[in-house]
Amino acid sequence: MGAWTSYRLRMRRKRWKLRARRKGRELTAVQDRTHSIRPTDIILFCTFRNEDIRLPFFLQYYRDLGVNHFIFVDNGSDDGGADYVSGDPDVSLWKTDGAYGRSRYGIDWLTYLQDKYAHGHWALTVDVDEFFVYPFCDTRPIRALADWLEASEVRSFGTMMLDMYPKGPVAAAVYRRGDDPFKWANWFDPGNYTIKLNDLYRNLWIQGGPRARVFFDDKPSQSPALNKIPFVKWDRSYTYVSSTHMLLPRGLNLVYGQNGGEKSSGVLLHAKFLNIFSKRALEEADRAEHYSHGREYKSYVTENDTDPEIWCQWSEQYINWRQLEALGLMSKGNWA
Amino acid sequence: MTFGVVMLVHAEFDRAEQVIRHWVGGGCPVVVHVDSNVDVDAYGGFARSLADLETVQFCQRFRCEWGMWGLVEATQAASEMMLRNFPEVSHVFLASGSCLPLRPVSELRAFLSNRPKTDFIESATTADVPWTVGGLDRERFTLRFPFSWKSRRKLFDRYVRLQQVLRVKRRIPAGLVPHMGSQWWCLTRHTLGAILNDPKRRTYDRYFRRVWIPDESYFQTLARLHAKRIQSRSLTLSKFDFQGKPHIFYNDHAEILRRSECFVARKIWPNAGLLYRVFPRQPDSQLTDAKPNTGKVDRIFGRALERRTRGRPGLYMQSRFPNVARANGITAVPFSVMQGFDCLFPNFEKWLSGQTGAQVHGHIYAKDKAHFAGDAPIFSGALSDSAVLRDYNAAGFLTNLVWNARDTHQCIMFGPDDTQSIRWLLAHDTNARVWVITGAWSIPLFLSGKPAGKVRAEAARLQRIEHKLLKVLRAPDAHARIQICTLADFLENPRAILQEVVDEIAGHKAKEVSTLPEMADLTGLAEFLQELKNQGMHPFLTGDILADAEKRPPPTSEPKSYVVGHK
Repeated sequence: MGAWTSYRLRMRRKRWKLRARRKGRELTAVQDRTHSIRPTDIILFCTFRNEDIRLPFFLQYYRDLGVNHFIFVDNGSDDGGADYVSGDPDVSLWKTDGAYGRSRYGIDWLTYLQDKYAHGHWALTVDVDEFFVYPFCDTRPIRALADWLEASEVRSFGTMMLDMYPKGPVAAAVYRRGDDPFKWANWFDPGNYTIKLNDLYRNLWIQGGPRARVFFDDKPSQSPALNKIPFVKWDRSYTYVSSTHMLLPRGLNLVYGQNGGEKSSGVLLHAKFLNIFSKRALEEADRAEHYSHGREYKSYVTENDTDPEIWCQWSEQYINWRQLEALGLMSKGNWA
Repeated sequence: MTFGVVMLVHAEFDRAEQVIRHWVGGGCPVVVHVDSNVDVDAYGGFARSLADLETVQFCQRFRCEWGMWGLVEATQAASEMMLRNFPEVSHVFLASGSCLPLRPVSELRAFLSNRPKTDFIESATTADVPWTVGGLDRERFTLRFPFSWKSRRKLFDRYVRLQQVLRVKRRIPAGLVPHMGSQWWCLTRHTLGAILNDPKRRTYDRYFRRVWIPDESYFQTLARLHAKRIQSRSLTLSKFDFQGKPHIFYNDHAEILRRSECFVARKIWPNAGLLYRVFPRQPDSQLTDAKPNTGKVDRIFGRALERRTRGRPGLYMQSRFPNVARANGITAVPFSVMQGFDCLFPNFEKWLSGQTGAQVHGHIYAKDKAHFAGDAPIFSGALSDSAVLRDYNAAGFLTNLVWNARDTHQCIMFGPDDTQSIRWLLAHDTNARVWVITGAWSIPLFLSGKPAGKVRAEAARLQRIEHKLLKVLRAPDAHARIQICTLADFLENPRAILQEVVDEIAGHKAKEVSTLPEMADLTGLAEFLQELKNQGMHPFLTGDILADAEKRPPPTSEPKSYVVGHK
């Protein structure tokens, strides 16, 4: 890499770090149990806003995988979700009323907390509607994955976000607090994803799936990115650049084999398309705090006048990670 | 008569203790070496936890770093202690803290006492077996390696480079033939004693101190000098990945470990509670003589290696994105692209799929939308027929299509009016079979009934585009299977070319073409083309179509005189 590019990226990284430190001042600790984090613990980082309905299952799912500690940022919820999580002994909670859009969609706050608490730990950064699936996740805890990555001298683990949707209208998939969202939203698009290489950051830019097929078929370049690198052996010098799509230093983005081989990778099951979605879309389109002023949500709202059916005859019904592996949506790579 | 276990431990002391208790419970004395990097408290705690066992002893501690001499020193010290303090020991088994006995200790003892003079040590000459990772196989015996590969990689690499440039070559001590193999062995008292008490041991030690990864070559080489009978295999099941690092066993491996009938396996993940609960399995009167059989384990880890190094051709995903020029094939399986056929034969797609059983699409790169087979709005993998989505990544659309439907041969119609950005892919993908009838675009123009003067510009445009495609297809680095013929040549003998197409797609299942698809009525085409020429637009890609060509009856399939046999 050229010295100039290298310097430019370094400066960019420093700038994000500085910015995170500034934005960190917007955070107030509600419940700080970080003293109980042991050196080998795996920590989950998450920002949420009015997600009380999703939190119980979310916590249960990741506790079952073996996450040891949860660090949450509550961005101005008024639905009691914060109270719900702050009582648990493995949760630390911060809150802020700062603007989501002006903190790089929550990333600044999380970067600040990661600097403070994740250094030397495996850190999993996900949204409340993202559920991490990795090879052998039904038989091996997340600690096994972390140990194996560490032994293989791998610092970051790549995934693709897989949008899950119900069969039938989205509004008919009624989600109740504590339920497994994939009881209803258990269909996905198996093979319509397109990939581009980002030359500067060296990450892959993956788009497609049902969102491109149904909502962005006339403007595919605006379709949301699906590549995510949520699981990283954190170091104080790291920072996410845009959501968890890519990181700096950019070597962390090389989660893919470049000579034909497959590296090990997973999937983030995205439980977006449930009945709570249409209400949310209206709200977020109005709030315009999300990426590009909620452009994505606006296009759902215009499409959503008539509740869409996302399901099609080529949709696949979710079974387990082995199915995703066989379809080529994730890979065991060298892990056996 | 029994065997003793030399165990090298550096972490996970709880599990090590558990395994030591298995060995001792089976009647084996154990000498433990603990890495000197382990701090005093941890060491003390570990030693205390085993204080109740009389036949467990701790030897002098050395600093053990991967690939360095300390590991051999530790093994030597522990082995000496074993031979000195436990005279009843006839074999010494070298194990690590993350080894787990799978079969009862009694079965291993019976196995060894039936083979009292046999040494089990994997030992192959470097000259014959290119095993190693990183290219340093012969050189690890002829260069010096004072720096750790793990912690001082840069210095290691530079020092190796320097020696290579200066052509330094160490002399291997007389009488030694370098051998290598698994670090985990089981030697007889006789062989191990002879190695440790060799009068030239100081010379050998001095030499191996600077060899790279001596723990894989010291005993392996010296055993060849002293052993009576070597079985070149390890009794410890241990698989290595492409980086040369051991694969780890988890709870879900319990079944294949049990079936492997190996005596000991490594490495076991320390938190694999199930494995530590079920192994070593209970003595079983019938199976005591079972031979280790690692077939299934080998297959699983062999597949992992294949996946990591070659991957699934034609798959593009978040953890496989090969540089197209270096990948093994761009798409997953062979597919066919046909240009011009559907202009000549209105029902060509239906005919072709009937003849070959392949899935025949229309123009999936058409301007308006992707015309999938049967005019479906959506295709395998949930591919949308939206032209905008498709053209956003046209090559990706094709690799997806072929990947999603890789169990059937895919045929697509193509033409100069379609999205052309997949040209490069078509020419370079070894899986692509491209058939072009050049100039066939003139037929729809002719059939439209418009005068030549009106369609002149359109004809020129189509010809220009097709000409560009032909240029790419005729490039010297175009590796697809490409067949190009002019419209005139095709009309000479359509049956022969269609037969070739069917043979190519259906392979050995191909039958002789019985009925040809119905051809469009071309009466007057020659005049139409002449009129285009008169307007100044030469349709040079059509070839020379004679005025009577279109009226000629299709030639019968009688064998030509120079063909010796025919189908």
